[in-house]
Amino acid sequence: MLHVPPQSSTVSARNANAVVQAIGHTPLLRLRQLERHFGFADTVELHLKTEWVNPGGSIKDRTALSIIRAALAAGDLGHGQTLIDATSGNTGIAYAMLGAALGIPVTLVVPGSASEERKRTLAAYGANVVFSDPYEGSDGAIRLVRQMVADTPAQFYYADQYNNPANIAAHVTTTGPEVWGQTDGRLTHFVAALGTTGTLMGVGRYLREHADHPVQLIGVQPAEAFHGIEGLKHLPTAIVPGIFDPMLPNRIDGVTTEDAFDAARALARVEGFMAGSSTGANLAAAARIGQALTAAGASATIVAVGCDGGSRYLTTGLWEAD
Amino acid sequence: MPESDAVNVLVPTPLRSFTGGEGRVVVPGGTVAEVFDALEARYPGIGERLRDDSGQIRRFVNVFVNGRNVREIDGAATTLSPGDELGIIPAMAGGTPA
Repeated sequence: MLHVPPQSSTVSARNANAVVQAIGHTPLLRLRQLERHFGFADTVELHLKTEWVNPGGSIKDRTALSIIRAALAAGDLGHGQTLIDATSGNTGIAYAMLGAALGIPVTLVVPGSASEERKRTLAAYGANVVFSDPYEGSDGAIRLVRQMVADTPAQFYYADQYNNPANIAAHVTTTGPEVWGQTDGRLTHFVAALGTTGTLMGVGRYLREHADHPVQLIGVQPAEAFHGIEGLKHLPTAIVPGIFDPMLPNRIDGVTTEDAFDAARALARVEGFMAGSSTGANLAAAARIGQALTAAGASATIVAVGCDGGSRYLTTGLWEAD
Repeated sequence: MPESDAVNVLVPTPLRSFTGGEGRVVVPGGTVAEVFDALEARYPGIGERLRDDSGQIRRFVNVFVNGRNVREIDGAATTLSPGDELGIIPAMAGGTPA
């Protein structure tokens, strides 16, 4: 077959490729053994949206696809521009994967503290990776991208997942209807960790519009500024994402890194699913919610987001032996 | 005059609220634990961010001495030489200083 250069018409034609089709429609699984482990009553259900089933291994496949589709439709990509963004990991993997599949050049700015596996994963997809100051975390990566784009604006399409409305749209159009349909409209509590805040904003917006009863929207953030929950932001001290609407969530719960790690370990040992620390944070928050509802004698259907899989964190303290 | 056993500590952004915004501070200490004690004495509250109740370095915290993770050496008991560089980084997907 002839090699076809990535021009705009080619990119849209290739939009229907296999990787794109494999994104979304992830299973929602009821965690009956974890319900017992957390001491929930039979009337309190805990479900996990298993986003690691996506081809890039995380919920960020949805975000990246939505952002790229919007940019192609607007003509901001597909004419030789390089997609650039700051990413602590999963969004970068999703951009790199889709860039490879759709013939779009991708440059990622990643904190220098990223693991060797992470660096090799991005390189495997052919993305160009630039490292920012490891002591400045994800905010340092954002500042470096802004500087690179300001230096040569014509070269780049700045995807800007923290401020791009297509991030929210991904979850309004896919994740939201999926969790509502998969619970047969019984969903009462939706629990999502806050990084870009896109998941909670998008699913929240969908549920506010379509649910026939009030659904509690609970955001999860690290309890402290200095934490080890990958991809999450401590909103009081971080650059607050532009897409975040503080009026949408019913509340925001803080979870310590240790509690997030413990919940991820419980998921692995009690249910046999290995997930990452942000999933652990969601489950730790869901455990407290379910325990309070149990104490109150209430019925509930709690959905927690399983943001990514656990094998991505084998070199972190998440799976370190006790 | 800096103390004779002074080491340079690289402080990550989320801990700079304790150090008055400083990203690099100089404190005395012959081991990682002694440096943490000195940090706590000078910047009260920072110590519990770094160590758990049993005195171990918290699971998500990586401490590097001259670029090498102290978990691969002697943990909090790792000995230091004057002028060493001690870096503190939250362990985001593992990680080493660039």
